[in-house]
Amino acid sequence: MSQTFVGMPSFPKNAAIAVQDSQLRFNLRKATRTIRGKRASVVEELPDWAELRQAGKAIKDHTLRNLERYLVQMEAAVSAAGGTVHWAKDAEEANRIVAGLVKATGETEVVKVKSMATQEIGLNEALAVEGVTAYETDLAELIVQLGDDWPSHILVPAIHRNRAEIREIFLAKMADVPADLTDEPKALADAARLHLRERFLRAKVAISGANFMIAETGTLVVLESEGNGRMCLTLPETLISVVGIEKLLPAWRDLEVFLQLLPRSSTGERMNPYTSMWTGAVEGQDFHLVLLDNGRTDVLADEVGRQALRCIRCSACLNVCPVYERAGGHAYGSVYPGPIGAILTPQLRGMDTALDRSLPFASSLCGACYDVCPVAIDIPSVLVDLRAKARHPRTERIGMAAAGWVFNRSVRLARAQRFGGRMRKLIPKRLPGPMSGWTDTRDLPDIPQESFRAWWDRTEGGAR
Amino acid sequence: MRVALFITCVNDTLFPDTGRAVVTLLRRLGVDVEFPQAQTCCGQMHVNTGYPAEGVRLARHFTEVFAEYDAVVTPSGSCTAMIREQYPKLAATARVPAKQTAGLGTAVEEIVPKVYDLSEFLLDVLGVTDVGAYFPHRVTYHPTCHSLRGLHLGDRPTRLLSAVRGLELVALPGAEECCGFGGTFAVKNRDISAAMCADKVGNIMTTGAEVLCAADNSCLMHIGGTLSRQKSGVRVMHLAEILAATEGGAR
Repeated sequence: MSQTFVGMPSFPKNAAIAVQDSQLRFNLRKATRTIRGKRASVVEELPDWAELRQAGKAIKDHTLRNLERYLVQMEAAVSAAGGTVHWAKDAEEANRIVAGLVKATGETEVVKVKSMATQEIGLNEALAVEGVTAYETDLAELIVQLGDDWPSHILVPAIHRNRAEIREIFLAKMADVPADLTDEPKALADAARLHLRERFLRAKVAISGANFMIAETGTLVVLESEGNGRMCLTLPETLISVVGIEKLLPAWRDLEVFLQLLPRSSTGERMNPYTSMWTGAVEGQDFHLVLLDNGRTDVLADEVGRQALRCIRCSACLNVCPVYERAGGHAYGSVYPGPIGAILTPQLRGMDTALDRSLPFASSLCGACYDVCPVAIDIPSVLVDLRAKARHPRTERIGMAAAGWVFNRSVRLARAQRFGGRMRKLIPKRLPGPMSGWTDTRDLPDIPQESFRAWWDRTEGGAR
Repeated sequence: MRVALFITCVNDTLFPDTGRAVVTLLRRLGVDVEFPQAQTCCGQMHVNTGYPAEGVRLARHFTEVFAEYDAVVTPSGSCTAMIREQYPKLAATARVPAKQTAGLGTAVEEIVPKVYDLSEFLLDVLGVTDVGAYFPHRVTYHPTCHSLRGLHLGDRPTRLLSAVRGLELVALPGAEECCGFGGTFAVKNRDISAAMCADKVGNIMTTGAEVLCAADNSCLMHIGGTLSRQKSGVRVMHLAEILAATEGGAR
């Protein structure tokens, strides 16, 4: 995945700073709660949501079990429709392919449709090295790009910014910005529209991702709200789409399920404003599809973790997550933040850094993410499984082994309880070491003189 | 019907009053509850912190200790959810050698249908809503994540509370949101945990309640520890303790 986040501290350290940022907390609280409420109301109105969710899960699982067959089918269909298919095993290869294709056109500028896959591989940075400038055209991605910032949300990458901040970014970084720009949403959108329109008309090359790929027909599908995507997909002479291999659906009719699941789960709309579909090279446009693995086949090999590949990047889990709401997306050090990021990033990137090792623990396992997931990814179970894979701190291992030893025999537990009961007056109000994490903000409960089992033993269960 | 109490390690060690309340309550309802002394811990802390091997040992111990009973009653939503939801996954985990989990799946399948959270046992097995309790206080109820989304207890606890004489039940805003406990999460991610609890406490304070009730003492230890540190004047009580209270009784 992208190298942008290399060297970041662990999640708890990032989060400790984020929770004290009142502007960030305010922005996130307001935005996540708004989307959360919208999602809840449009999901509630569908009587067959549970069935749709099960269908989405089943279609994705079937596709993943037969991924090889459908990928070959997709390749054949795209090729037959005049497109060219490229296979990229990792970020480096994908970036090399895309840079080569852009350079072959002789262009030095590309416009981009919002895409997680290209964020994941750090395509913009790789293109910059090759002398190609990539312009993001999604409004929120534009805000992030102009602000020299990182995306902090899958769907709304500038969720950590409010409109006053966006106005300041535009005034500072947008060359053709009106001097009297206000922070009214309409004024901000108008400024962006004016700025982008010129880019759309000039661009000869566009780069996109896709929400879905239909193996049966070789069709790519992009869902969006702003129409910038359609501009990019239709105007330029060359279109390059970088798509993760897990985005496949077997047949056209499967869209029936996902075109209901995705908008309701992501933006909380019944239907998104723009749905663009194209098959191969359309009206003389040169079309290239780059199929990206970048760790996905390794994820597929893991019996518990593979369900993360069902993800359709809706962000419902981010919007409902109490940890994400308070830490923000940057704390996760990945283009995939929130609960889905906490299970996807360590699987795609491994758990070699302190940050990546800390991600599976960035959850209270409250289960709200699983409840809202439109493809029923049991995120808490994957988190727990990844925790078992992670390397643990030495002091913790010793503590857990000791606790395990005590719990293995009830006589040991009884003895430990008696000891605790005798020592109870000596336990300080503030604990040292890692346990200070408890007493920094909370009082300890009083240790009882007598455990329940000792009471039962002494009184025969209260009979005496 | 032989009924066993699985007290849980946290209640056994830190909250024996909850255990005594369960015994008092069940006896009052005519249930002769037993306490198998060999019981220890369900393994939730180990499993959820990434130590499945210890979890497997404790799960096996649990299935052995309670095998002979017809029903196992537990005054903890998260421990009940651990057994019901996570034991089957633990028995199939690839993270420990297969010989350690051999036979565990069958033992789990047999024990799981017999394990009840306290309010499930009262309503679904005994068929009682009014347990004859008296508790003249203003109470708000926090459903706790594993009771709500794991066990799907629904309105069972609040139906029981509503039938308590003298009790004024007030709704808790944002009730379904996690309090931030999450076991070792509370220590590993102390700042986020505290931030979540700050919001939970804020919501509790708007209710004007004198008592915060839940069906899980671990969450109550976290919220209660914060309420106490802030000198909020709100106390926490396990559901069992309120249901055990009677006029002229201990409370």
